[in-house]
Amino acid sequence: MSGQDFTAEGGHGAVPLEGVPAAKAGHGSEREWPLYEVFVRGKRGLNHVHVGSLHAADDEMALRHARDVYTRRNEGVSVWVVQARHVAASSPDEKDPMFAPSGDKVYRHPTFYSIPDDVPHM
Amino acid sequence: MSHLTPDPNESAGSAYDGLLEHHEVAGDSSQWAFGTDFEDPLAGVDTTVPADVDPAALAVYCLMLGDDALVMSHRLSEWCSRAPDLEEDIALANTALDLLGQARLLLARAAAADPGVVPALPEGSPVPAEDALAFFREAGDFRNVRLAEVPNGDFAHTVVRLLLFSSVRLALFEQLASSSDPVLSAIAVKGVKELAYHRDYAGRWFLTLAQGTDESRHRLEEALRDLWPLYPELLTTHPVEQVVSEAGVGVAPDSVASAVEVVLEQVLAVSEVDRPQGQPLAGVRGRTGRDGLHSEALSRMLAEMQVVARAHPTGRW
Repeated sequence: MSGQDFTAEGGHGAVPLEGVPAAKAGHGSEREWPLYEVFVRGKRGLNHVHVGSLHAADDEMALRHARDVYTRRNEGVSVWVVQARHVAASSPDEKDPMFAPSGDKVYRHPTFYSIPDDVPHM
Repeated sequence: MSHLTPDPNESAGSAYDGLLEHHEVAGDSSQWAFGTDFEDPLAGVDTTVPADVDPAALAVYCLMLGDDALVMSHRLSEWCSRAPDLEEDIALANTALDLLGQARLLLARAAAADPGVVPALPEGSPVPAEDALAFFREAGDFRNVRLAEVPNGDFAHTVVRLLLFSSVRLALFEQLASSSDPVLSAIAVKGVKELAYHRDYAGRWFLTLAQGTDESRHRLEEALRDLWPLYPELLTTHPVEQVVSEAGVGVAPDSVASAVEVVLEQVLAVSEVDRPQGQPLAGVRGRTGRDGLHSEALSRMLAEMQVVARAHPTGRW
C-alpha cells in the first residue's frame, strides 16, 4: 500500500483524498452539492450496476436525480445511490500487485464447460 | 410496439460490442439488461369513438386537456440548458416530455372524434392530425388554461406553476381513468403515473425553497403571489366539460376541487407558507383560456414554437 487513502470522488475511479490542490475555501466547489455514485438494477433481475455519478444536496434528492438522469430510457427497476466519499477505492499505483497475479491463472475460469443456449446472464 | 436496439450482428461494430462479447445469446432480446421494452399506451384499446357522446364536445374536451399539456410542456422545455444545474435541467426536460406525450395522444384523439377541428393543410401534406393541431392553429383556437402559458420566471416560479398544474391534472386524471371512452381512460392511466411524479417533484422543491434561505423563501412567496390568481381557472368547469362529464366521458374540474385543496393545504402547511389572498384573474366578458381567450404571451410562444412547421407545411419530419 502507498499509505495514501483514495476515494471514488470524481466518479471515475481512484482519486487521492489528501495532498491535492483544492478550491479556496468559500468558493466554487466547496459550495457545490456532494457527489453521489449511482447504481441501477435492470429489468431482468441482474445485480445493480454502476452507471455514473451526479450531484445532490441529500440522499433523497440524489435518488430523485438518479431516477431523472439515469433511468429515462426505461433502464431500471431499482436505484441505489451512495456518496462518492463513502466509496473506498484501490489506488492506480497498486494496480499490478492487486490485479496482475490473476492474469495467468486460466484454471480459475469455468471456460472449459459449454454453456447451454438458454442460460442467460453468464 | 417494440423499439429498435442496435443490431449486435452489424459488422461495422458499435459501442455495445464490449457488452455483448460476454453474451452467447446475441440476437435474443433477453440479453439486454436495460431498456428495451417500450409500451404503446393504446395497445389493445378500442379506438372507436363512443356513440353516447357528442363527438364535437369530446373533441373540444380533448383539445382542452391536450393544449394544457402542450403549452405547459413548451414552457418547461424552455428551461433546457438554463436550469440551476444539470440534474434539474434533465428533470424538467423529462417532465416536459411526459406532458408532450400526453398532448400528442389527446390531440390525436380530438382529431379522431371530430376531424373538423383539424386545420386544413395543402393537398398531399404528410403532417399528421396531432401535428396540424399543434402547429397550425392560432392562439385563439387554443383551449389551455392561462396558468400554462404565462412566461417563465425564475426556478421558484416554475416550481409553483408545476405544483398547481400537476396537482389539479393528477386529480382530474385519477377520475378520468374510469372514463367511458377507452382511449381517454388509457391516456389517463398512463398519465397518472407521470403526474404523480411531477407533483412529488414540485412539492419537494416547494418545501425545500420555503425552508431554504431567506432569498429562496422570498422568491417562492413572490411566485406564489404572482401565479395564485390563475389557479381558480383550473378548477372552474367550462360548459363543454360539463357536457362530457355528464356523458361519463370527461371530468368536471369543480368535482375534484376539494381533493386538490387538501393536497395544496398540506404542502403549504408543511412548508409554513400562508395561502395567498389574491383574487382570481378575471376573464374578458366571461371568457377565459378554455374559451380561447389568452394573454399576449401565448401568441409569442406559439410564434416561436410553430415557425418552422408553418414554413414547411408539406415537410416530412
